[in-house]
Amino acid sequence: MFDTARRGLLKGAVAAMVMSLGLTVAGSAAQAETTLKVVPHSDLKILDPIWTTAYISRNHGYMIYDTLFSLDEAGNIQPQMVDTVTTSDDGLTITMTLRDGLSWHDGAPVTAADCVASIKRWGSKDAMGQKMMSFVDSLEATDDKTITFKLNSQTGLVTLALAKPSSNVPFMMPERVANTPASEQISEFIGSGPFVFKNDEWEPGTRIVYEKFADYVPRSEPASGLAGGKIAKVDRVEWLPIRDQQQAVNALKAGELDYIEGLPHDLLPLVESDENIKIVDFNPAGNQFTFRYNVLHPPFDNPKMRQALLYAFNQEDFLQAQIGNPDYYKLCKAMFGCGMPFETTAHMDGLLESNFDKARELIKEAGYDGTPIVLMHSTDLAVLTNLAPVAKDLMEAVGLNVDMQSMDWQTLVARRAKKDAPADGGWNAFITSWTAGDLFNPVAMAFLNSGCDKALFGWPCDEKIEGMRDAFARATTKEEQLKIVEDIQGAWFEYPTHIHLGQWNGPTATRSNIDGVLPTGAAVFWNIAKN
Amino acid sequence: MLSYLFRRLLATIPVMLLVAVFVFMLLRLTPGDPAAIIAGDYASDAQIAEIRGKLGLDKPLAVQFMVWIGNMFQGDFGESFFYKKQVGELIAARLEPTLSLSLLTIFLTVCIAVPMGTLAAYRQGSWLDRGIMGFSVLGFSLPVFVIGYMLIYLFSIELGWLPVQGYQRIGDGLWGWLSRLILPSLALSVVFVAFIARMTRTSVLEVLGEDYIRTARAKGQTETRVLMRHALRNAAVPIVTVIGLSFAILIGGVVVTESVFNLPGLGLLTVEAVLARDFPTIQAVILLFSFIYVLINLAIDVSYTLLDPRIRY
Repeated sequence: MFDTARRGLLKGAVAAMVMSLGLTVAGSAAQAETTLKVVPHSDLKILDPIWTTAYISRNHGYMIYDTLFSLDEAGNIQPQMVDTVTTSDDGLTITMTLRDGLSWHDGAPVTAADCVASIKRWGSKDAMGQKMMSFVDSLEATDDKTITFKLNSQTGLVTLALAKPSSNVPFMMPERVANTPASEQISEFIGSGPFVFKNDEWEPGTRIVYEKFADYVPRSEPASGLAGGKIAKVDRVEWLPIRDQQQAVNALKAGELDYIEGLPHDLLPLVESDENIKIVDFNPAGNQFTFRYNVLHPPFDNPKMRQALLYAFNQEDFLQAQIGNPDYYKLCKAMFGCGMPFETTAHMDGLLESNFDKARELIKEAGYDGTPIVLMHSTDLAVLTNLAPVAKDLMEAVGLNVDMQSMDWQTLVARRAKKDAPADGGWNAFITSWTAGDLFNPVAMAFLNSGCDKALFGWPCDEKIEGMRDAFARATTKEEQLKIVEDIQGAWFEYPTHIHLGQWNGPTATRSNIDGVLPTGAAVFWNIAKN
Repeated sequence: MLSYLFRRLLATIPVMLLVAVFVFMLLRLTPGDPAAIIAGDYASDAQIAEIRGKLGLDKPLAVQFMVWIGNMFQGDFGESFFYKKQVGELIAARLEPTLSLSLLTIFLTVCIAVPMGTLAAYRQGSWLDRGIMGFSVLGFSLPVFVIGYMLIYLFSIELGWLPVQGYQRIGDGLWGWLSRLILPSLALSVVFVAFIARMTRTSVLEVLGEDYIRTARAKGQTETRVLMRHALRNAAVPIVTVIGLSFAILIGGVVVTESVFNLPGLGLLTVEAVLARDFPTIQAVILLFSFIYVLINLAIDVSYTLLDPRIRY
């Protein structure tokens, strides 16, 4: 009796194991669809790309939402959801017509009312959106497919802002979602983009899943930058955040993953020799290291002290210390980025060349009294860690007294928001990095905002720069805008708001069977095929 | 016994309250502002202040604490600042990987360490003893991540037998689940095997010198019976204590292993929450860990009565 029962139990256990293994095999067969397995640069925590400026939320936005306009590879504005755009003779009425076939992931058609609500929500949150909306008298859906802007004065900013490529991107959402106040996060994640977010499969911190949107109607033009036809060539994209980058590389080498978005430069040698892996760059315009002053407190309340650093610093030292490999960085004196639409080196002669004599002269003129300069040093973001020590060395070389304080990035983020004096828990300077898409013009470049309390931490306050940014927003031709950009660089020299420390590129590693990575500035996954 | 259990469980309430106050205050005193993190790197002061208000972080600390404790008593651990999901839901999703890893590691550890330690004690001074003790020193000295990377290089990259990283739920296939746990469990068990084997050896050695062992041998008992029934059983109390505490450590403290093998467990959740200053998640996870520690300690104490009839509560 006992033996029979035990045999039965054993049989049951074996059967369960076989079934379990069988299920695994069956599961594999069912997954004949192509799945792109991606290690994103960080975990996706916030799903509302208007609520936060975090790049990972922006990338999520590009997966599921679409935009009215986009920038192509050359930086030109191209219609995306829009079919036609017309401007009245007096330049005060802009009419946009949506193209045919657009629908939300729940099957409802995209209407002009949806877009109007989306623009209003974005325009109340984003700095460039706010600037654009300051020109708008009324914004209405005049019929199901027509959006009409009535402006209070001429501006070239409307399409430029609606094509903004980086955070916050003006993504279009259904009206009921876009009616969520910008101060609250959205709770429904339905877009009209090329992929559908699978909320039911989202495992926070572990796996974010997107499926191809079968009803998406791409533009007929070939993909170029963020513009053109967004054709999803894989059925499914899985984002798998892996904290340990060494381990991500191991998994890529073993074929468990297809794509690592942000490969640390020091791991490049591990993959360069592997014929199954290739290095690509979706952001050829790159990123820019930026030194930010706090103008509220001595010594950087004095523009001469800030100018002294423009002479004391040189980009090569920073780039060499942090990136190391010259293939992945370039010296770039153009404030709005090299290879970008408003690239110019006007007013940059003699700057960023470590002219210590000139720097010491300015420091003397400023009457610097040896007050310690609190330089915040981020230690946990690999891409920033080596920069502050270089700044400290160069500042000390011209006679400044630097108190470099090391901390994790999140502590730095909290501290930089404080306006207190450095001795009371405030700060004088820190270094960060921007992607080129955030710097491409004077309105988009947040560190140039010199609106005093309305400016970002550091709080520069200069009417001249603000007037020029307004003038840029009003300019309607590229030539006019370029001229203003040159003048702004002159005004920036008189009243420095930050220092650009050089341009760098981050490698992306993919399996060699992955094709179609576009130069977009953000990690997007349309046009990518897994062969 | 029942009244003892009741008293011990009752005693957990003030312990948990103390932990709650401590964790709550510690988080508020640590630098870092969740609102600034949520708002993103380039948000304005006004945006950050607005988010702080939405999260209730602008209220006095005492009010925040009372709201949290009040909700906790109703079984509501709160909502993650970042994921906008219930913390209970987040923890539940992370329990399976952590429990799987911990149980498999403890199973491997006990299967290897206890016989090793017993043998080392029995053959005290022999090459076998020296070999086992040498392994123990090595096991203590090698960081888990080094062992992990070595195992990955050998079994995943060179031989291609096992996956490099990740976790598959047991419901999605037994082999998929097991294959992803073998390397992390092996890596993690090395240090515990070293520790418990050493502990077992010391404990068994002490017992082997007792009079009743000599008596057992004089009665003609086989060496196996002497070792298993008389020596090991009497040496079991400290060994079980260490195994129990090891399990508690495994539940809450295998961050490095979870990170190296990308296992979405509670340890990794804790680190992510700390780095992001996700207060509701950190508070709930630490309270859970404290509760598990208390329960495991209780289970260890209760197990003494089974192992040593002289112990009564």
